[in-house]
Amino acid sequence: MDNQNTRRNFLKTAGMALGCLGLAMPERVFGSGSKVLEADGDTITLLTPGGQLVRVEKSKLKPAEMPSLTENQKRGREGLPHRAWVMVIDLSKCRNARKCMAACQAHHQLRPEQHHMNTLQMQDAEHTAPYYMPKNCMHCDNPPCTKVCPVNATFKRSDGIVLIDNERCIGCRFCIAACPYSARVFNWFEPRDAENYKDVTYDIEANVPQKKGTISKCLFSADLLRVGKMPSCVSACPNGVYWFGDQNEDAVTNGTTKETTSFSKLIRDNAGYTLMKELGTKPRVYYLPPKNRAFPFEGEIQKHE
Amino acid sequence: MTNKLTPEESREKLDKIFSDLTRSLKIKDELARFWIFILAMFTIVGLWGWIHQIRTGLGITGMRDYVSWGMYIGNFVFFVAVSLIGLLISSILHLLKFEWGQPISRVAETVAIAAIALAGLVIVMDMGRPDRFLNIFLHGRFASPIVWDVTVITTYVTISALLFYIPLIPDVAMLRERLGDDVPKLQKKLYSILSLGWKGNARQFEIVAHTVRILLVLIIPVGLSIHTVTSWLFASTLRAGWDSTIFGPYFVTGAFVAGSAAVILVMYVYRLRYDLDEYFTNKSFDMMGKLLVLMCLVYFYFNINEFLVPGYKMRLAEGAHLHELFTGRWSTLFWFVQIFGVILPIVLPLLKYFRRPLPLTLIALVTLVASWFKRFIIVVPTLEHPHLPIQNVPENFIHYSPTGPEIMITLLPFFASAIIITMLAKLFPVITIWEYAEKQGIDKKYLLEESEK
Repeated sequence: MDNQNTRRNFLKTAGMALGCLGLAMPERVFGSGSKVLEADGDTITLLTPGGQLVRVEKSKLKPAEMPSLTENQKRGREGLPHRAWVMVIDLSKCRNARKCMAACQAHHQLRPEQHHMNTLQMQDAEHTAPYYMPKNCMHCDNPPCTKVCPVNATFKRSDGIVLIDNERCIGCRFCIAACPYSARVFNWFEPRDAENYKDVTYDIEANVPQKKGTISKCLFSADLLRVGKMPSCVSACPNGVYWFGDQNEDAVTNGTTKETTSFSKLIRDNAGYTLMKELGTKPRVYYLPPKNRAFPFEGEIQKHE
Repeated sequence: MTNKLTPEESREKLDKIFSDLTRSLKIKDELARFWIFILAMFTIVGLWGWIHQIRTGLGITGMRDYVSWGMYIGNFVFFVAVSLIGLLISSILHLLKFEWGQPISRVAETVAIAAIALAGLVIVMDMGRPDRFLNIFLHGRFASPIVWDVTVITTYVTISALLFYIPLIPDVAMLRERLGDDVPKLQKKLYSILSLGWKGNARQFEIVAHTVRILLVLIIPVGLSIHTVTSWLFASTLRAGWDSTIFGPYFVTGAFVAGSAAVILVMYVYRLRYDLDEYFTNKSFDMMGKLLVLMCLVYFYFNINEFLVPGYKMRLAEGAHLHELFTGRWSTLFWFVQIFGVILPIVLPLLKYFRRPLPLTLIALVTLVASWFKRFIIVVPTLEHPHLPIQNVPENFIHYSPTGPEIMITLLPFFASAIIITMLAKLFPVITIWEYAEKQGIDKKYLLEESEK
C-alpha cells in the first residue's frame, strides 16, 4: 500500500512530501491512513496520502485496519529497497542547540536521560579546541551489536539501518556491552508516558511504544524514511549540521537548508571521517571536522572521570 | 596392594565405613533443620526482591545505560567458575590416577551441580525480560556467544548430574538394602527407585565403570568450554579491559582457584559436622592445599600477562582503565582481590602448617570471597570507561553502586546453593561408599549384604 511512497525519491520531492505528509503524521501513528476533511450529504471528501482530494460515498467507507504487528515486524526487517542511507554530521556547524535531541526524544518516547541522539562536548587532546559532537547510532556495516544478539532482536537491514524488535528482545544487554559508541539505551523502568501508548500497535521502525526491560537506540527514524521524510533529528536542526541521504544515489540533503549535494563530494572536499574507524565497524554516519567554527565553544568542557 | 581380608574382617570394616558415611543421613539433625530454615528465609527474601525487580524494572538495581552489567553478571561468572571444580577433581585428577582425589570427587560434583544450577538462575535474574527466556531457543542465533554459553552450560549440567548419579547407583542400592528404620519410609522408597534395581553383579559394575570413564573424558572439553565461552561474553567486545586474547585460560584457571576453595570449605564442614576425620583426612587437606597453590600460581601468571602487557603500552583507553584499577576509584578493591585472592593462597599454603584443615579452610574462605570480588572487578570498572565520554545523564549513570534489593538478589544463589549442598548431604553419602570400600580391599560381594546390626 505504501509502495508508491517508498519508491518515491524523497530527495526530489522532500518539500511536497513534508507539506502533505506532515498532516498525515499523527494518523500514521494512531492508525488510519487518511484525513477526514468534511462530510457532505452522502459523500465525504478525503485527502489521500498522495495529496489528492477525493470524494467517496459514505456507504463505501470501511473502518481503517490497524496496522498488524506481524506485518510491521516483517516489513521492518526488510528495509527500503535499493537504498543505502547515510548521515553526514558537520561539526563546524553544531552550536549545541540540542533541538535534535529533543525532537528525537519526542519521536521515540524517550525519558529525558535516554538519548538516541546525544550532543557530546569533545576535546581530542589537552590543548586542542573543544567542540560539540552530536552522536547517534553509527548504523555500522559491520555492527558489533547485531552479532552478539542471542535472539536476532537487533538486526541489519538491506538499506543499512540497524533496527531493534522490542517484541523479541530479552533484555540481556549484551549489545550495550558490544557497542563501542555507547549508542544503546535500556528501559530500566516503564517508558515515558507508557499509559498514553498502551493501545498503540508496536511500530518496529520507530521502536514505539517502548517497552520496559528492552533495548532502544537510534533508528534513523526508519518510519519517517518509509513515508519519504527525513529523520526527526535532521529536520529539527536549526543550524544545518545534518545531511542525510542515499549513498546509492550519491546524494544527501541538508535538514535545515534542504540543499541537496553529492555525498562523495561533500565528504571528499571537507575531509569527512568516521568515528573510531580502527575498530573496523564501518559506520554509516560520517563527520566533517570542526574547523572554522562559526561560533566559539561555550562553557566548560565536561570532565568524565 | 592391600592384604587379603577375611570375610569377617571385610564385613566388619564395611559396616564401619557404611555407618560412618551414612551418619549424615541418619542423625536427627535439629541444627540442619534450623540451618535450612534460615537459608530458606533469606532465599525467599531474595525471591521477593526479584519479583519486585520484575514488576518495577531492572532500574531498581544500580545498573544504568553505561554500567549495564553489574553484580549479577559478576555473580554469574563466579558461579560458573566454582562449578568448574567438578571437572578438575572428579575428572582430571581421576584420569591422572591421583588416588587422594577419589574421596573428594563426590564433594566436587555436589559443589559443581549446586553452582551451575544457580548460575543458570542468576543469568535469568539479570534479564530485562525473563518472560521471554524461551526466545533463546525459538529464535536462537548461533553467532551469539550467549547461545554458545546456553548450549555448553546445559550440556555441562547434564554431564555433571550423570557423573553425580551413576557412581551413586551402587551406593543407593546399599542404602536400600542396609538402612533399616533409621530413615523415613519415603526416603527408602526414593533409594529404591534411584537404585534402578541394582543387583551388584560384575556386569553392572563394568557398565558403571565404562560409563563413568566416558563421562570423565566428555566433561573435559565441555567444562573448559563453559568457562571459556563465559569469558568470551567479555572478550568478544571492543572494550578496554575486556578486549583480551587470554581471557579463556585466565578465566579457567581463576575458576579452578575459586572451585578449589569452595571444595575445601565444604569438605571441612562435612568433616566437622559428620565426624569424618578418617575420610577427609589431614592428607586430603594437605593435597588440596597444594592443589590450591598450583592453581594460584598459574592464575598469577595469567594476571601478570593480563595487566603487565597493556600496562607497558598504556594505550589511551587501557591506560585509563589500569589507572582506575591500580591507583584510582577501584584500587582498594583491586589490591584486596589480588592479595587475598592470588598472593595469599600461594604464599601461606606453601608452609605445612597452613595446609592443616582449619588454617587451610580459613584461607579458602578468604580466597573465595576475593574470587567473588575479582569477578566484580572484571565486570564493572571496564564499563565505567566507554570509548566516548558519558554526558547529559544523571550522576548515577556515571558510577555504579549496587542497591539494597540488588544485593539481596545477588545473595540469593549463595543461600540456595547452600540448601542444595545440604540437602544432597542429607540424602546421599558424601563419599562414594563402594569405591572407598574397594580401595580398602573389601570385595564387592559384601556390599549388598544385610548389615548385622
